[in-house]
Amino acid sequence: MSRATLIDLLYLFSATTFLLALKGLGSPKRARVGNFTAAFGMLVAVVATFFKQTDGHNLRHIPLMILGMAIGFIIAVPAARFVKMTAMPQLVAIFNGVGGGAAALVSLTEFIHIKSTHPATYVTLEVLLGVLIGTFSFSGSAIAYIKLQELITGRPITYPGQQIINALFGVASLVLIITILVNGSEGLLWILLVLAFILGAAFVLPIGGADVPVLISLLNSFTGLAVAASGFTLGSNLLIVAGTLVGASGIFLTRLMSKAMGRSLSNVLFSAFGSVVTASGGEGGADARPVRSGTPEDIGVLLGIASSVVIIPGYGLAVAQGQHVLRELGELLEAKGIEVSYAIHPVAGRMPGHMNVLLAEANVPYEQLKEMDEANSELTTADVALVVGANDTVNPAASDDKTSPIYGMPIIHADLAENVVFLKRSMRPGFAGIENELLYNPKTTLVFGDAKDTLTKMVAAVKAN
Amino acid sequence: MGNVLLQYSTVLVLAIFVGIEVVAKIPAILHTPLMSGSNAIHGVILVGSMLILGNATTNLEEVLGFLAVILGTLNVVGGFVVTDRMLEMFKPKKTVAKAKTEEVAQ
Repeated sequence: MSRATLIDLLYLFSATTFLLALKGLGSPKRARVGNFTAAFGMLVAVVATFFKQTDGHNLRHIPLMILGMAIGFIIAVPAARFVKMTAMPQLVAIFNGVGGGAAALVSLTEFIHIKSTHPATYVTLEVLLGVLIGTFSFSGSAIAYIKLQELITGRPITYPGQQIINALFGVASLVLIITILVNGSEGLLWILLVLAFILGAAFVLPIGGADVPVLISLLNSFTGLAVAASGFTLGSNLLIVAGTLVGASGIFLTRLMSKAMGRSLSNVLFSAFGSVVTASGGEGGADARPVRSGTPEDIGVLLGIASSVVIIPGYGLAVAQGQHVLRELGELLEAKGIEVSYAIHPVAGRMPGHMNVLLAEANVPYEQLKEMDEANSELTTADVALVVGANDTVNPAASDDKTSPIYGMPIIHADLAENVVFLKRSMRPGFAGIENELLYNPKTTLVFGDAKDTLTKMVAAVKAN
Repeated sequence: MGNVLLQYSTVLVLAIFVGIEVVAKIPAILHTPLMSGSNAIHGVILVGSMLILGNATTNLEEVLGFLAVILGTLNVVGGFVVTDRMLEMFKPKKTVAKAKTEEVAQ
């Protein structure tokens, strides 16, 4: 067997491991093994590539290659290991972005290489697509990272004529692609690169923070497609298979995610959702409508006499780093014979499944985590619904108010419980920027303050009783 | 249309359908790890980056290829480590508790 055939066989093996990994990631039991499988497959592919020959010569610049890998490794491992779990979404965004950037560089460099060695060759579409999509994904992910890290506002950034300007950028890229296909100009390819960079950023700016996870999933899929395009350019089946798998499954996943929010994908991408703050109240009680507020001690007493409590956590909990205290409170109530469960909305947190991960990290027993439908049936008999740092996911406007931007999103019906307790920092609306009627419900008691402080005081109050 | 291009296109079309089929019925709680896992898989662009750098003949190509290798490595390594860290959280409760006591015992 020739060396080239052996390497191709190893590539086939890697492609298979990727497929098995994706399959495994779909079940909680096999997910971790699946991830290891893919990592092993990747290692095999990388090692095999070191021995690859092109036109009869070995690969050059091996030391430089190893140096590049070492640099990447030294940056990636600490970043991935030590970043807080709450910052996970932006980390995924940035690792996705660099992948897109690499794909764009590969397509671009291959183009330059072919041009310099065989000047008469025609440029083919896949090179341009690789550069365009890869760069788009890179700059889009960078903006998504900046938004999630709250370096700029998470709210949609809009300006007059935005969609028209974006459309013009799109058309310009298209014209540029056709021009390059005809005349094969290298200079124009660099311009395409710049244009794709602007386009990616302009595309992401008007998307609200609450929708960014769906966006990351879409950009992830784009990077996959860019990788597949560079696979065509380089003539590598491995890149085509892996890239396309990610591209296709990514688009499908994106649709699943927007469905979980009760909205269409185009609505998520183009409606600048949440740009208008409809709430009349600003910080601290400027609002004329009466709300009932209580102290953590009051709530401690209320919880102590309940027989069942449903906790509805949201991202605010994670921001306050209150998961561990919340778990302590839950255990304390359990010890008193009170039934405790956690109602998890599919999009609670910043990504689907994010809240499950955060609570699992705080050692909340898996069997106490209830998915939305199950939680809603438990809430009909619950004495207290304790809303910690959630807002939009319990907003009744989603089912009552047809004019509300979140109308149609499935919600957790906290208002079904006998009492509703809201831990909130202020009267400000949630991530989507929409007023919540539930705050004014006569059943509702509000406790203002940092979620972690409030929970700590509540734990003390429950203990004292 | 050349034979090679046709063969690549065949692979592309089949991979699209397999990709969709494989993720069709996953529970919402695994959406995040799946996204992160597939993020690591497209890090296979590292292989492409290696080929680019390995065949580079000019300084410009070397610089671009070197950058691509760094970015590709970041994608692969970061992607797999983050995914593993997420999935670690899905361990059944008992093993977590046991691990904790072992830590304390040491």
